Amino acid sequence: MTHDAPALSITDLHIGFRSRRGLSTAVRGVSFDIARGETLALVGESGSGKSTTAAAVNRLLPDTAEISEGSIVVAGRDVAALAPRELQALRGAGIGLVPQDPMTNLNPVMRIGDQIAEAFEVHDVATGSQAHDRAVQLLEAVGIPDAATRARQYPHEFSGGMRQRVLIAMGLACKPALLIADEPTSALDVTVQRRVLDLLADLTDEMGTAVLLITHDLTLAAERADRVAVMQAGEIVEIGTAHDVMHAPQHDYTRRLLAAIPGTTATPRDQPASSGTESSGTGSSGAAATPLVEVRDLVKVYGGGTKAYAAVDGVSLTIPAGRTVSVVGESGSGKSTVANMLLGLVEPTSGTVLVDGQPVAGGRRALKAVRRRIQPVFQNPYASLDPRFTVGRSVAEPMGVHGIGDKASRRARVAELLEQVALPADVADRHPHQLSGGQRQRVAIARALSLEPDLVVLDEAVSALDVLVQQQILELLARLQSELGLAYLFISHDLAVVRMISDEVHVMQQGRIVESGSPEALFSSPQEDYTQELLSAIPRGA
Amino acid sequence: MTSQALRRLTWRLVAVAATLFGVALLVFVMLRAIPGDQITASLGTEAAALTPGQQAALREYYGIDQPLVAQFFSWLGELVQGNLGWSVRSRTSVASLTMSALPVTLELALLSILVALAIGIPVGMLAAAAPNTWRDGLGQLVALLGLSVPAFLLASFLLTYAASGVGFNPNGQPYAVPWDSVSALGLNLQQMLLPALTLGFGIAAPIARTTRTAVLSVRDEDFVRTARAKGVGERRLRRRHVLRNALLPVTTMTGLQLGYLLGGAVVVEQIFSLPGIGRQVLLGIQQKDYAVVQSTVLVIALAFVLVNIVTDLAYRVVDPRVRAS
Repeated sequence: MTHDAPALSITDLHIGFRSRRGLSTAVRGVSFDIARGETLALVGESGSGKSTTAAAVNRLLPDTAEISEGSIVVAGRDVAALAPRELQALRGAGIGLVPQDPMTNLNPVMRIGDQIAEAFEVHDVATGSQAHDRAVQLLEAVGIPDAATRARQYPHEFSGGMRQRVLIAMGLACKPALLIADEPTSALDVTVQRRVLDLLADLTDEMGTAVLLITHDLTLAAERADRVAVMQAGEIVEIGTAHDVMHAPQHDYTRRLLAAIPGTTATPRDQPASSGTESSGTGSSGAAATPLVEVRDLVKVYGGGTKAYAAVDGVSLTIPAGRTVSVVGESGSGKSTVANMLLGLVEPTSGTVLVDGQPVAGGRRALKAVRRRIQPVFQNPYASLDPRFTVGRSVAEPMGVHGIGDKASRRARVAELLEQVALPADVADRHPHQLSGGQRQRVAIARALSLEPDLVVLDEAVSALDVLVQQQILELLARLQSELGLAYLFISHDLAVVRMISDEVHVMQQGRIVESGSPEALFSSPQEDYTQELLSAIPRGA
Repeated sequence: MTSQALRRLTWRLVAVAATLFGVALLVFVMLRAIPGDQITASLGTEAAALTPGQQAALREYYGIDQPLVAQFFSWLGELVQGNLGWSVRSRTSVASLTMSALPVTLELALLSILVALAIGIPVGMLAAAAPNTWRDGLGQLVALLGLSVPAFLLASFLLTYAASGVGFNPNGQPYAVPWDSVSALGLNLQQMLLPALTLGFGIAAPIARTTRTAVLSVRDEDFVRTARAKGVGERRLRRRHVLRNALLPVTTMTGLQLGYLLGGAVVVEQIFSLPGIGRQVLLGIQQKDYAVVQSTVLVIALAFVLVNIVTDLAYRVVDPRVRAS
């Protein structure tokens, strides 16, 4: 092996998946090299084949996948031709992995220190107490305070960001020449994401590790990688330096991806969702009278005694009819709890919710009446639809619950609603598993609209979607707002999206609103440290 | 101990007490719903020849002249003071009967669980190692047999085959108390062999199924893939990552089965002539020995509850997440 041999060299890679219907190709003719110490980002939407390509490098493809053509050369050896034992020796020692979801990638019944030490043990780097000591050192290196104590703890005693640090420590334990980082921060809050990526960059620079970074986030890729490769439908459509791809994209798909990134092309409030003069004219006069919804001093305390803590600690906000009010914050900030109290899903410890100036009374009947006017759309379109219901049944269900119409009129209404969210009518007879994530979220929106609500609570409603789909859903929401005069309460951790669609933004931290204002004011001159930190953590590309 | 833990413990004890009271009431009523009483049970048709005076004397002797509510609460009152009652048939206290029967059942239950784990876990893992192949099919078949072959059939088969085929019939001899002497312990273990196999085979089935399902779901977990990416070999992966996690549901299943076994395997104890708790209840029912049945059933219920608590504690050992909450 010469000194300049690349850390990874993929040539004409084809990967297919066997199924009852035959072989479907997931990766077709992918070729690229990663030089020693270089970071290459592989960018694409879900289903583009980026994760399949990455999984082929350390041969962790599912059993149904098959490398039909091409070669993957790591450290001068073709991975596809290795015997199981050689492969085992290469994994961890030659190729490290930092996986996506820190919550599921650590063994829940094994101590953190043991899980890291295991990497040393299986590669005979160190054993016993020596391995344990090195694991503690490594935990210190990835910024875990009090590492010696922490090494004896279990994964559930660590936060998401801490777990991801542990996974980085594990991936880099044996100083591999190549590290695969598969969406390493997509499950983390934006400020945590920044710190974790900084750490990853520092360590790989120091060790001279080459990195294959898998991400759906083009801006993040451009910010963190030397070169960027864009994948679409199993092929690399564009590859180049991060700067070139961002500023002089050659391929149409890359241009579309770039255009769909919230906040890059769209300036605030030029979307119909927050369409300027017209709605603000009517809106402000309406707001002066009585806002659609007003929340006063909402408090939610969990637990009791010394362990009591306030998830929401005195939140007040108003939502005028026909406007979009956003609440941003990181996980644990209490933003979803606010949404759930508004929806009547969580009972407030104290404080009032006023709808049309009237306090929402307790009792089931009153709650039902309010729920008819305030409808939710949740984050995960895969979990928020009953898998056994047809789409038509899911959309019609709220009407049934509230005793609206008969079977025939409900069916007609379902067809109308599906048309409103731009879904073909025959979707009504399908089941959720036959639909894509974006289509499912349209169904969830149609279901929310079935009761003709005044306010739709969108709790991270576009966060789980790919960027192009996300753009389509945001456009749909904007159109529905102007057509139906809906108000939105938009809960999100994604500041760029919030900036694009909001009339008013509230920033939440530890149960309190720390800053409020129009998106222009908030984003151009944030007053609070926390808002500034959130803003600076957004990846900005190269 | 935190106040929360204390409150949870208190609730737990209240629930235990309520369960035991319910069981006591149920067994008391059911026993009396069966036609006949102690007098007919001991004298049979001759009971008709008793004079009214003799009848009344006997009723008073057995304590069944009192109203039912009074009988119930006087029994309960005795129980609370630790007095399980008096067996009118064997003329000993129920407590001393139970003291000699309980260890037999306990030993049998533990041995059966050992047999079940020794069969069930490997069969389950073998089946899960290659799902939907002949090995899996074989494992599933064994499990199905364990579930569907009745204990009395397997017990009778083992007993007759061992006795007539190889001349192994330790259960033909009187039950040997294991702590009497070394040779008694040897005989005792021989006497336990076939019944433990019978019960163990039956319980191995649900354990194998639970193991199979758990291993299959853990195998696809992200952390298993991550461990593989670390360079962990397949054997170590199975032992340290997959099995450790798969054992969580198996623990629950084992505890559940142990609870049932402590209720006494009536049929198996009967067939193999083991003087366990199940046989004590059966005999008590046949002889209308109210105190024996009532108090023994309550002891069984208590054992069941205790096993549940122990299972919860065992769960804390195998799952660190439970320890924390």
